[in-house]
Order: sequence, then structure tokens, then C-alpha cells
Amino acid sequence: MTMILEKSWVKRLLALVLTFLIVQVLVSTNIINTYFQATIATICINIILGVSLNLITGFTGQFSLGHAGFMSIGAYTCAIITLRMSNTFGFLLGVALGAVFAAIVGFLVGLPTLRLRGDYLAIATLGMSEIIRIIFLNMEITNGAAGLSDIPRFVNWTWLYVFTVGTLLLIKNFLNSSHGRACIAIREDEIAAETMGINITKYKVISFMIGAFCAGIAGALYASYFYFLKPDLFGFLKSIDVLVIVVLGGLGSISGSVLAAILLALISTALQAFPELRMVFYALLLIIIMLFRPQGLMGSKELSIKYFKNLGKSLISKKGGA
Amino acid sequence: MEQFLQQVINGLSLGSIYALIALGYTMVYGIIKLINFAHGDVYMIGAYVGYFCMTTFKLGFLPSLLISMITCTVLGVLIEKIAYKPLRNSTRIAVLITAIGMSLFLEYTMMFFVKANVRTYPPMSGLLAQSHKLGDIVITTKQLLIFTVTIILMVLLQFIVKKTRIGKSMRAVALDRDAAQLMGINVDTTISFTFAVGSALAGAAGILVGVYYNSINPLMGVLPGLKAFVAAVFGGIGVIPGAMIGGYLIGIIEVLVSGYGNSMYRDAVVFAILIIILIVKPTGILGINTREKV
Repeated sequence: MTMILEKSWVKRLLALVLTFLIVQVLVSTNIINTYFQATIATICINIILGVSLNLITGFTGQFSLGHAGFMSIGAYTCAIITLRMSNTFGFLLGVALGAVFAAIVGFLVGLPTLRLRGDYLAIATLGMSEIIRIIFLNMEITNGAAGLSDIPRFVNWTWLYVFTVGTLLLIKNFLNSSHGRACIAIREDEIAAETMGINITKYKVISFMIGAFCAGIAGALYASYFYFLKPDLFGFLKSIDVLVIVVLGGLGSISGSVLAAILLALISTALQAFPELRMVFYALLLIIIMLFRPQGLMGSKELSIKYFKNLGKSLISKKGGA
Repeated sequence: MEQFLQQVINGLSLGSIYALIALGYTMVYGIIKLINFAHGDVYMIGAYVGYFCMTTFKLGFLPSLLISMITCTVLGVLIEKIAYKPLRNSTRIAVLITAIGMSLFLEYTMMFFVKANVRTYPPMSGLLAQSHKLGDIVITTKQLLIFTVTIILMVLLQFIVKKTRIGKSMRAVALDRDAAQLMGINVDTTISFTFAVGSALAGAAGILVGVYYNSINPLMGVLPGLKAFVAAVFGGIGVIPGAMIGGYLIGIIEVLVSGYGNSMYRDAVVFAILIIILIVKPTGILGINTREKV
């Protein structure tokens, strides 16, 4: 408990509370109108999705194309529960169960498929998320292709912020633990990691489950904020959306994913009127990043005050050298 | 029994399409270890080129087929030169993401130009509109056309790969790129040629699908592309006869599932097959096991 009293922790806590309060005041005074509130919700949901996929793909090195599948499990669970139990308890239960179900499916899918490498895993997870989508398309309780509508809205800025910060803390702390280090070791070299006594399958599955868990939360928030769900929302394209966030931000950088989620949500809001151009833009962005900056915006670095200091120093020394 | 045979015949026509697309996947994977996600969209463009040849320019089937194959060849080589060649030495994940980007780019650029709505191929006339009866089984001329074109193209492909000089270098590069380069094989040309051949086959598949099913749209390549990839994995990725067998098997399974089971689940079944194969025998039916090396 002494950790909490440390100076840096107090600073971080203050920064978190301040961010929350500022946006809260802006929302309640209606300076941020409903339209931008929706953008903020998208940003928060995308941050959760991006960071959790980054855990799987960026930190553990397992290329997954099935994030939309996990998201849809969380979304449908939360929607079905809140439609029957329309109160805050029902909403929280929906989020919790949605996340747990997604994690369970993550476990069931991950255990056999995570033995596969690279491209094969990508295709297997893609197949998995397509199967989940088709099952939702054919189930009675999900109302098939027509989807669920009039889902009660419980998500507001407070819940969005709590869940986003919660996810960030969960993943950050996981990565700083010995388990997280084991995952990074697997990314760097699977065979070497195995030789050092790391149980590869166990850690791959753990990271996959945590990723699925967070995607479930994101899905639940999505369902509760946007009223309406249909299986087509969670197709291949949704997984690609998340992948773009992770790749643009940098595989292996949490702050990169956060930055990319914010940037892409703003761009996508600006291009709302031209849905086709938006996708062309996305596609070009993917290709151009890969051709010219394959490590993404941040590479595997994290954004911090120290980072800016180092950046400044290196810029100054470069100028001095020239 | 008649119903079963009828289903198998329908399955074989669908399977021919998958086999043609799967060949492109498997050759490209064999040579540069890349799942070319854009391949399904090359097939889509082939279908559109065929459509415009037949409607706007009022060409017959064969000239349209040739034009669409040539266009796709050029497109495939261009994609390779622009998007994949600069990444020859980067990580596989980077190339894979580029391929996904290329696929989205083709889909939505096409959607921007031709709009998202479904277009229908002109109805076939004369011989192409007929159907033939063999006992109780009905075979349409369109189906015969698909079989004939597919078989001719496959024989041609086998000839190129097995008997010609460029085919020999394709096999050499697939086996060991560095060694092939040391033997004086121009690796870049060989890879471009592989893309050219694969894309030509996809173009042919596109126009055949247009003729067979009549309707095309800019996103038509996504699902068949994925299924053809499943077919390639099923038969053993990197093995050319494997892609043909896999394509036909996936086609027949899909038709049987929709014929006897629930057609809503036919895509799910294909992906379930994929996951099962990957777990049980990742090298596929004709694949050879390779040992993991440190």
C-alpha cells in the first residue's frame, strides 16, 4: 500500500481525475455536444479494443484477426441482459458476463489454434470470428440478421472512462508482471523462450483470454451506447479496423494504440459523409504505413514526459552535429 | 441418388471456381510465403472487366474471358511491384497487413467507381442458355463451359510449371530462394510471373462466376477469396494439385451442406473445416511435413 503514497502515483492519479473532471464539466455544460459525445464513446471503445489486440498481436506476437468476434460476444450478452433487466445492475452484470463469455470463447478457441504460427493463426482466428457471426445470424435470441434494437443506454462518460482506464491499467500491470515479460519473450523468440522454461501455450492462451475479455467489455459498452446491434457490424472489417489502430500506433506500444484510436476516430468522424472514401483512405493508410514506417507511429516505445525529453535532446544534438 | 449426383455436379461447378482462385493463393504462398488477401479482389475485378466487355462493348464470351484474364494479369503484377516488392525483406506480418490494405483498397476504390449495387450479367443466348439431361440429372451448358475452361487452364498451368523454363525457376524459387538466386535465376521476374499466372486464373474465375451466377458486386471477392484460401490449405498450401483437389472438395461440401442441411450454415462449415484441418493436419492433404529448425 505504500506504493500509492509515492509521489509519481499521486501525480498520475491527479492527472486521471483531472482529465475525467474536465471532460465531465464540458459534457454537462454541453460544450461537447451529443455528436462529439458519440465520437468520444467511439474513441474509448476503440482504445479498449486496440490496446487489448495490441496485447495479443503486439506484445505476445500472435497475429489475430478475430477481435470482432470477441467484441460481438460481449455486445450481444450485454444487450440481451439489459433488454430483460433494465437497470444499472443489469448493465454491469451484462458487461461482466459479456467479458467472461468472450474470455471463455477465447480460451476454447485459443487452446487449439494458438499452436499455429503467423498467417495460419490469422486465418484460423478470422474463421472463428466468421463462425461466431454466422451463429449470431442464425440464433433466435439475437433476432438473426435484423438484429437487436432499443437496447437501453446506461453508458455515459463516467462508465466509459472507468472501463477505459481500468483496461489500460489491467494490461499495463499485466505487461509489467513476470507473466507479461513471459509474453514479450514469446514474441521475441518462441524457441528461445521455451528453452528458458516458459510455458508457451499457457502464456499465449492467457494473453489471448485477457485480450478477449477486454474486447468483450468494449462490445458491451458499444451495445449499451449505440442502442442497436446486428451481426454484420462485427464482420471482417471490424477486425481490420482494430488492426489498423494497433498497426498505426505501433505494435507493442500501449500509448501508440491510444494515440491511434483517437486520431482514427477523429479522421473517421470527419469522413463520415463519404463512407467509401473513408475505407479507401484506411486502406491507403495501411499500405503507406507498412511501406514507409512499418513500426507505426510510436514503434514499441511508450509516450511519456521522458520520451519527449529524449526526443528534444536527440533533436538538439542532431542540430549541433550538423 | 439422382439428387445427390445433381448436387455433386453443382458442387463441381462451384468447386472449379474455388480451385481456380485457390491456385493463385497456393502459388503465391509457395513462392513468397504470403497470404495474398488481395487475390479475391483480383477475381472481383475480373468479373467486372468481363461484365463491361459483355455489356458495354458487346463482346462474346471468349474475347471477354481473354481480356479479363489479361487485365487481371497486369493488375496482379502491378500489385506485386507496388505493394509487395518493397517489403521483400521485412517481417511477414508487415506484408500480410499490406495485403489486407491492398484488398480493402481494391474493394472500395471499385465501389467508389461502380457503386455498391449488384449488377447482373447479360443473359446468355443460343447454346449457352441450354441445359442437357442425363437421365434425371440436369447439366447446363454454363456448367460444361466452367468445367472445360477450368480443365484447359489447369492443364496449361501444369504444362507451364512442369515443362517450361520459367516454370522450372518458379519451382526452384519456391524450394529455396537464395539458392535459386545463386544459380542465376532472376527471382524478381519469377515472382512477378507467379503473380501474373495466379491473377490470370483469378480473372478467369471471375468471369465464369459472372456467367454462372449472373450477379456481381464490389465485395463479391471477400468470401470466395477466403474460402479459396481454405481450399488451398485443405489441399496442402504450396502444392498445385492440392489446390485443385481442395477447391473441388470445398465446393462439393458447401453445396451438400446447403442441399441437405441448413444453407445459412454453409460458410460456417467451411471455416470449421479450416480450423479442424489446421489443428489436425496443418500441412493439408498433399502437404509434406517440414521440421521446425532453430
